[in-house]
Amino acid sequence: MSELITRRSVLAGASAGAAITTLPISMVTLAFGGTREDFTFTYISDAHIQQIRGAAFVRNWDQGLKRAVAEANLVKPESDFVMFGGDLAQLGKREELDHGAEMLSKLKGKLYCVMGEHDYYLDLGDYWSKLYGPHYYSFDHKGVHFVVLNSILTSEHWTFHRWPTAEQRMLEMAGLDNPNGSPFMVGDKQRKWLANDLAKVDKATPLVVFSHSPLQKIYKGWNFWTDDAEDVQALLAPYDNVTVLYGHVHQIQYNQIGSISFNSVMSTAWPWPYPQTYSQAESHLPVLTIPMNRADPFFERDATGWQLIDIGSGRVAARYQLWDNEPRTVAYDRKAGRPVDVAYQEPTQRRLPQTHY
Amino acid sequence: MAVLTRVATALAACFSLSGAAFAEPLGLPPVPIPSDNPQSAEKIALGNRLFHDLRFSSDGTVACATCHADEKAFTDGPLRTSEGIGKKTGTRNAPTVINSAYFTSFFWDGRSASLEDQSQHPFLNPVEMGLPTHEPILNIVRSDDFYVDLFKRAFGKTGDAITMDEVKKAIASYERTIVSGDSPFDRWRFGKEENAISAEAKRGFDVFVGQGRCVSCHVIEETQALFTDNRFHNIGVGINRAQFDVPRLAAEFLTAKAKGADVDKTVLSDPKTSELGRFAVTDQFDVIGAFKTPTLRNVAVTPPYMHDGSLKTLKDVVKHYNNGGRSDGDPAQVNDYLSGGIRPLSLTEQQMDDLVAFMGTLTTPAYFGAKTK
Repeated sequence: MSELITRRSVLAGASAGAAITTLPISMVTLAFGGTREDFTFTYISDAHIQQIRGAAFVRNWDQGLKRAVAEANLVKPESDFVMFGGDLAQLGKREELDHGAEMLSKLKGKLYCVMGEHDYYLDLGDYWSKLYGPHYYSFDHKGVHFVVLNSILTSEHWTFHRWPTAEQRMLEMAGLDNPNGSPFMVGDKQRKWLANDLAKVDKATPLVVFSHSPLQKIYKGWNFWTDDAEDVQALLAPYDNVTVLYGHVHQIQYNQIGSISFNSVMSTAWPWPYPQTYSQAESHLPVLTIPMNRADPFFERDATGWQLIDIGSGRVAARYQLWDNEPRTVAYDRKAGRPVDVAYQEPTQRRLPQTHY
Repeated sequence: MAVLTRVATALAACFSLSGAAFAEPLGLPPVPIPSDNPQSAEKIALGNRLFHDLRFSSDGTVACATCHADEKAFTDGPLRTSEGIGKKTGTRNAPTVINSAYFTSFFWDGRSASLEDQSQHPFLNPVEMGLPTHEPILNIVRSDDFYVDLFKRAFGKTGDAITMDEVKKAIASYERTIVSGDSPFDRWRFGKEENAISAEAKRGFDVFVGQGRCVSCHVIEETQALFTDNRFHNIGVGINRAQFDVPRLAAEFLTAKAKGADVDKTVLSDPKTSELGRFAVTDQFDVIGAFKTPTLRNVAVTPPYMHDGSLKTLKDVVKHYNNGGRSDGDPAQVNDYLSGGIRPLSLTEQQMDDLVAFMGTLTTPAYFGAKTK
């Protein structure tokens, strides 16, 4: 819901059952039982800033990121921090990362960043690190333990021995349907780090994990897939409340595996799958994909957007601010024990996707 | 005025004779009529009088027809923004009433959902008609012999039984008769009259539906054309100049709204707040600076253009779009909230002139002489 949301309006809307926040009552009234504070953060992802030449960048992707930043800055009260979910650049170039960083620098409040494959495979994350620091890290905020993983790594062979140039490696990884690509991984080293990091965290502490790829195996054909997902999930499974928030897929997805809730976030650049009108190829949707009302290709921002994320009771409610489209909220339903799209629950209640012409 | 009075009268005769819908002009679909306000000749005649009555303003100088003047194709050009009581100036350009019967929302920011609802607000707006309440209107229509008779015939009501509900319905019924199609474009496109428009205009049509991307919002369909998508878009007009104030304006506006400020009064009294557009109605970020797509019918005779009347000519409008949503005098950057779809078009001078020629073919013959410069 693209509006200036006050914490009071969330509570008022929920208690009245009003559509204004579309946040289920249980999300709020149970909030932490007074031991922790509800809070919000902003999530912007997948900007894919792309250089054409010199100072010329793809206008459309620039506009998406600028718009998300401008709108995120209007949220009142200000959200606690901002996450950028990866793929700031398209081809990992310094110029692209710099241009994107300049736009992100206009954000109010603290910025955390996730590594995306488009940021990584040119120089293996060197320049990105100069801007944003380590590739994986954790922090605590208001009683929630946050973990940021670099989930877009792959085998040594593919990364180091297969391509004649770094540019070639980047181009291969940038192609989504590319059979030369390789499944993403978190990798042994980072999983060891995660195990150590979690060792000091109480099992009752809510965990929120940020990754770029989904940390689940959704659809290998599109690289909506993390090859060591089960191993990562095994480390998270002992915790009561876990949420994995990921970018990369440019569409709304949500899932529950054990105690782990999965929520995707939208891209500011383009929607995936492309609307039928963008592409002549037939689209085969994975089961988890929820068809969106979209997409008149005239409205370049349709089916893109950013998120305002509420944390109540240690659980995440992702509020999707969709441009040229209806706002959507995917929130954890305590009764069902999984995230639900508050407008898209039972098949009989679903709104049909827009007819293309 | 004579022309339109005649049109209304002719339509009224039509209703009284057949009691059924009349055939719409070429290029227009049937007029949607709400089930709780069916058309009748008596109601239309009454609405016509109410629409033109100056007594419904605080100083007796302003009627609906002041800003929606029959002889100016129901606008008030060349004024940029409308003048109300005591020459007070609002923040928005008066849109034409012609074909408003087809719109799905009213006012530039769409804050009314029906003609009936819309009609009651300007009476109370402090810079438009300036009445403190609707009571003075009711006092007149309940006591003036002329209105007593008309309300009795239109609604079978007299005295206190007459409320604003009847007033609103009558005005809306009259407005639903102000429809115009049958332009040279309609004769060419829907009437298959090959020579109804010039070669230049035909080339302009190609730009309109092609490289100019105009048709995406100014919709043309297979058998008719309303030239609007009834949606709201930030096209960079007004908001470009106010863009650096948006964080402050948005926060101030929402605070005021939460405390009960009236959107109708707030947006028309402060020019900068007015630029928030549709946001002031929905509170949604993605319609900051967005305004309703106006119809293009009769656009050549209804300058100046845009919600703020800031563009004098159709060529200026085309240039604005060609620049990707920027006009002379705007900051170098378009505003961050610009609607997807607005982008530089790379039209040539010739293409822009052709486009203007095309828009000239959208004038209904009844308004050929209505140019308001």
